Amino acid sequence: MSPHLTVYRWAYTMTLSILHRVSGIALFMALIGMIFWLMAAASGQAAYTEAMRTFASGPGKCLAAVALLALCFHFFNGLRHLAWDLGWGFERAQARRSALMVLVATLLAAVVCFYFLFRNGTGPT
Amino acid sequence: MSLRSPLSRVLNHGTARSGVSHWRSQRVSATALVPLSAWVVISLLALPTRNYALVSAWIASGLHPVLLALTILLAAWHAWLGLAVVIEDYVEQSLPKLLLLLLNAFANGLLAASGVYAVLRIALRSVA
Repeated sequence: MSPHLTVYRWAYTMTLSILHRVSGIALFMALIGMIFWLMAAASGQAAYTEAMRTFASGPGKCLAAVALLALCFHFFNGLRHLAWDLGWGFERAQARRSALMVLVATLLAAVVCFYFLFRNGTGPT
Repeated sequence: MSLRSPLSRVLNHGTARSGVSHWRSQRVSATALVPLSAWVVISLLALPTRNYALVSAWIASGLHPVLLALTILLAAWHAWLGLAVVIEDYVEQSLPKLLLLLLNAFANGLLAASGVYAVLRIALRSVA
């Protein structure tokens, strides 16, 4: 923990850094949901249909959308971290440019994901 | 030969000798999850409907159960490592920290085992 963190002037790259953790925690919860969904499918048709009443409902699909947004961000920002681990993109201008690229890629990918998620509307399908 | 003084070893100062392996495991699982997570999400979203028959058939077909089980194991491993760092960073008191780290390990272990069991059950049912 760094108590002196507050002395730095805010930069949007810092927001991305903390969002990586936030989205990671969100994805852990999404994994729990995913495993519940798989367990329902493993239990048979009746259990799956019952579970899909919740998963495919309006609130269920909205939570899935949040999970997909978190995944898109964590995915692209994770690629950025892996590039850093290879020693690429450490210059300040490069880090800012890659941050912007992550945000644009996240939004584009999330919009495509949302289209396929909501394409059949909500309700058990 | 260690260059650390006996006192620093007793007081647990200095390296714990596990920092690099944790860091490396996180990167290895991340790298593997790049193609695997994209494949799972794109495949599930691309299904025309998500009814029982179609979802079971997709999970059971070809190498899907193997890759799906691998994805679940890697995701739980990656989550375990990542959440451990978050807990170590933000929880200061040692007992809550220890309990949360244990809970993190057990929860992700349970998720991994449940996920693999579910995938196998779906896959083997359609074979039988």
